[in-house]
Formats: sequence, C-alpha cells, structure tokens
Amino acid sequence: MPANFIPTTADYLRTLPEIILIVAGTLLMLLEGLAGERNRKGTGPIALVAILAAFGAAFLAGLDNRGPAFQNFLIIDDFATFFRLLVLVVGAFSVLCSMSYFERENNDTGEYYALILFSLVGQCLLASSNELIMVFIGLEISSIATYILCGFQRDDRRNNESAIKYFLLGSFATTFLLYGVAWIYGMTGTTKLDEIGKLVADPRAIDTPWMVAACCALMFVGFAFKVSAAPLQSWTPDVYQGAPAPVTMFMSAGPKAAAFAVFLRVFTTGFSTLGESWMPVVWISALLTMIVGNFAALTQSNIKRLLAYSSIAHAGYVLVAIAARSEIGTAAALFYLASYAFMNLGAFAIVTQFSRAKERYVLVEDLAGLSQRQPVTAALFTVFLLSLIGVPLTSGFFGKFYIFKAAIDSKLFWLTVLGLLNSAVAAYYYLRIIVVMYFHEPGQSADTAPAPAPGISITMWASAVMIVVLGVYPGLLLRFATISSFLPK
Amino acid sequence: MDTLLFALFAGIAILSAVVMIMQRHPVSSALALVGVMGSLAILYLLLGATFIAAAQLIVYAGAIMVLFLFVIMLLNAGAEPKPLRQSFLARALGFPLGIALIAILGFLIQRTVPPDSVVVRFADAKAGSPQDIGRALFTQYLLPFEVTSVLVLIAILGAVVLARKET
Repeated sequence: MPANFIPTTADYLRTLPEIILIVAGTLLMLLEGLAGERNRKGTGPIALVAILAAFGAAFLAGLDNRGPAFQNFLIIDDFATFFRLLVLVVGAFSVLCSMSYFERENNDTGEYYALILFSLVGQCLLASSNELIMVFIGLEISSIATYILCGFQRDDRRNNESAIKYFLLGSFATTFLLYGVAWIYGMTGTTKLDEIGKLVADPRAIDTPWMVAACCALMFVGFAFKVSAAPLQSWTPDVYQGAPAPVTMFMSAGPKAAAFAVFLRVFTTGFSTLGESWMPVVWISALLTMIVGNFAALTQSNIKRLLAYSSIAHAGYVLVAIAARSEIGTAAALFYLASYAFMNLGAFAIVTQFSRAKERYVLVEDLAGLSQRQPVTAALFTVFLLSLIGVPLTSGFFGKFYIFKAAIDSKLFWLTVLGLLNSAVAAYYYLRIIVVMYFHEPGQSADTAPAPAPGISITMWASAVMIVVLGVYPGLLLRFATISSFLPK
Repeated sequence: MDTLLFALFAGIAILSAVVMIMQRHPVSSALALVGVMGSLAILYLLLGATFIAAAQLIVYAGAIMVLFLFVIMLLNAGAEPKPLRQSFLARALGFPLGIALIAILGFLIQRTVPPDSVVVRFADAKAGSPQDIGRALFTQYLLPFEVTSVLVLIAILGAVVLARKET
C-alpha cells in the first residue's frame, strides 16, 4: 500500500458517474434551500440530466477505461458497467414518473430527487465494489436513502408504516452482513474480495472452513433480505404496498438489481470455492422464494401488494440462476434482471398513473373495464403482464428460458421442474388482472381515469418497446449480458 | 499496575453489560451502558490507542448516550417498568446462541493474534495515534472515508425530510 496515495485521472474517470450524481444531489439540496416556497419546481429535470450524464460517463468508462479504481476498492469491469447502466436507466424512468406523481400530490421537492440520486450512488458503488467495506457502505447508502423515500409523504400513514418497517427490519438484516464481514476479516485479515477468494481457496491459509461457511451464511442473510428472498421476504409486501408508487417502482428494480450484483460478486469472487456448501442453501431459498411469492400473490386484491409478491417470485427465479453457479447462469441472471426492470417500470408506471391523488385506486377491481375507456393503457399493461408471465415474443419468455436452461446445464433438474410449475401458477394471477381489464364492466374508477401524464407515457412506451424488442431479438441484450457475466474467481 | 487496571476496568465493563441487560428500567440500562463505554475507553487508553479512547468517550459515552437518554425520557418509557413478555424461542435459544457468539469471537481473536505476541504490551499500540489514523484514512481508506460522507449527508437530508412541518 503506497504511503502517499494520490488518485490518478483514471481513478476519477472510472468513478465519474458517482461523482456526477453526488455533485448533482448536493446541488439539488442547495437549490431547494435557495428557492422560495413557490418556485420549487424544476428540480426533477436537473436530476434527470444528472442521471443521463452519469449514464454517459458509466458507458464511456465501460467502453475503454475498464480496470480497478482507488487501489482496487472498486473495479470497473463489464459486470459493473452492466449494473451501473441498468440502475441508472431505472433511476431515470423513476424520476420521470415521480415528476408527474409528486406534482399531482403537490409535494414536488428537490429533496426527493436528491435522495434518488444518492441512492443511485450507492447502487453504482455496489455494482463496482470489489471490497467488503465498500459493499457495506454502498448497501447502506442505497438502503438508507430508500428508507427515507418510502416515508417521503409524511402525512400519509401508509408511507409511515412502510418506512418504519423497512428501516427496522433492514437495519437488523444489515447487522448480519456486518457480522459476516467482520468475521471474514478476522479469518483472512483482508476485506478485498479477490484476496479473500485466494485465501479461502488455500487450505494452508484457512484451516477451519466451517468458520468461512458461517461467514458466508451471515452474509447470505444480509443479501437475501435485500433481494427479498425467502425466508427473509416478509417485509416486501408491506413496504411495497405502503410506499409511494414511483418509489416502489424504483426500489423493486434498482436497489434489488444492485443487491443481486453484489450478491453475485461476493459469492463468485470471494466464496466460489465454497460453492458446494452454499449452493444447497441458495437452492432451497430459490424454491421457497418462488413458492411464497407466487402462492401468496394468488389471493391479493391490492395491485401494489400483488406486484410485491410477484417481485418476490421473480427474485426466486434469479436465485435459480445463481444456484446454477456458472457463467451462463450469471448471464441469465443479468438478462433477467434487466428485462424484469422494464416490466416492472411499465407496470408501476400504470399503477402510478391510475391510482390518482392520494393513491385511492389501488385495487385490482378498480381496473375493471379499463380496456374500454383507455384501450392503449390497457394494451400496454397487458404487454407487461404477459412478459411477467413469460409468454413468447416478450423479454420475460427469454429471461425464464435462459435461467432454466442454465439450471439444466448445471443439472438442477428438480429446481427447473418446480420453477416451471411455479411460473404456471403465476400465470393465473397475472391473467386475472387482464380479465378484469378486458371483461369486466367499467366502474367509476375506470370512467374517471385521467390520460397518462407525459413522463408516465414515455416510461410506459419505452418499457413496452424494450420488452417486445428483446422478446424478438434477445441477442441484443444477451450478448452484453454474456460479456458481462465474467467474474474473476 | 497496567494488568491490575486492565482487570479492574474489564471487570467493570462486563459487570455493567450484565447489569444493562438485567435492568428493567430503561434509564438504568442506559446508565449501565455509559459504564460499559467509559470502561472500554479506558481499556483503549491502556493500550495506547489515544484517539479511539477519546472518540469513544466523546461520541459514544457523550453524544449517543445523551441522545439515548433524551429519547427514553421523551417517550416516557421509563415511567413504570412493564412486565417483560418474552417469546419461548428467544428464551430457549438466546442464551446458547449468545454463548456460541462469544465462543466464535474468542476463537477469531485467538486466531488473528500472532502466536508470538500473546502478551499484550500496554501503551504500545502501533497505529493508535491521531496521525496514524489520519494517514490511513486519507491514503489507504480514502474512498470509503469520502463515500461515508455521502452516507452522513443522506442521514441529515432524511432528518430534514421526515421532520419538516406538516404540509
């Protein structure tokens, strides 16, 4: 370790997306204070520009400036670039939808966008962190910003419930992760993932593998909570239901993808030699997650709660890909997370729009007859739901296909069969929404549904186009996912 | 002399920790926690880690404990001790798991300390001075240190958001 470490230009360029986001977030906070009560609007577009700039910087860094940054605390490889771009896209669309949402709720403030930007900083750091201290700090930045976003409308009791539940349970889960980090540091004397990987693989360095397995288990608890994997999923429905709709949209796509990124990196780079020990745990967790998510979703009447259970089930599918422990599996997980992000963005954009002020219309029944009043919205919603089911010609189909193919390649036959049965169950509750939209008589809520706001329209259309394009030409994204799936072991 | 002081304050720390858990009154628990933190600070001082000792006193025993007590008094939780309701699981598993935790931690410490330095030399910590910590923070741990400031900023922002006036 050099005594006088001075960051080089390459270090700064590789972390430029994070720097842009931090500067813009701080700027928004300052603007919020300087602007008077009346001219508070216009902070959303600034956030959007910052996210686009960060996207460009992440793209350029991924294109021809890959490598470690800040003495290997971060590593900008293709894997990191994939997730950085993904969370930034999610962030951009969430900001678009939030602008309409908070204008409607009359609560359009700069703090909200600053929190979104800071949360994105955490997720970008998670995507590229190569070291356990950074993993922890990144996870905390992303999570704490999200806790606050959940309770952003502090006059709304549902928001309060969501935020306090998420905060208490999330902090508790983080302590498990932290214990795992502390123990592995005690075992190996390092927090760098590649060094940990080497030491764990070396029987002379570590003569007590069961201790490493215990560390592994503790860290699994922390990550499983963040990706809402069973048996640590119980917070998800309450938090997703209570949070403002655009926040639910954001956290079900962005932070979840980033948590999966760090999950994959820690367990591949750090603990790949212990794969035989952790694979059964992931196997059981994947199965439980799919079952809990899909079967609980069957009986839900609240659409946000239904999508929350569906998001649990989809986390289960990604865990199947992780259980495969192969590069094909990692590529399938990346493809699935990206395609799931678009389905979710689209579905929640419609929920955001349809719920109206104070989120009054959030029941499945409220959608009755939407196809007659707003055929376009209903058709787009159908596309998202079909993709969530995994119908051919949508990206959801190829997502599931690649995951189960990777599982079969790794000889996980039972998990594949049970997973496929699960997705058949899932078809029921998604189709129920389509039936309600198309075959029920329009009620008062569909009659009064307003036309989608511009930001929400853009999100809906962009997501639908991405889903269909990837459903027809999956190779466009799969190639990138395959390149990005390489993680050093 | 050092060993005597160490034994004394380590004993106080453990005793206070036990008292903290056994007490039913939150204020007494909080005061016992002050005892734990204070004696820990002295242990750090004995090892020569002056900066950590000061930080322990100022941050934990000072700022955080004041906050604790303030919240307890604000919520009036100490008004009358309520009978504790413990789940069966917590009672059955809590003690064995606690013992397991201590055992594992002891095992780790025993492993990490190199065998030739079993005897702790007091006031001989190599990297406990403010200079050493500052140097480590601004070279080796520059990035985590800088990024932590974002974390603190979010905490401030969160406090502002959640505590602003009702609209």
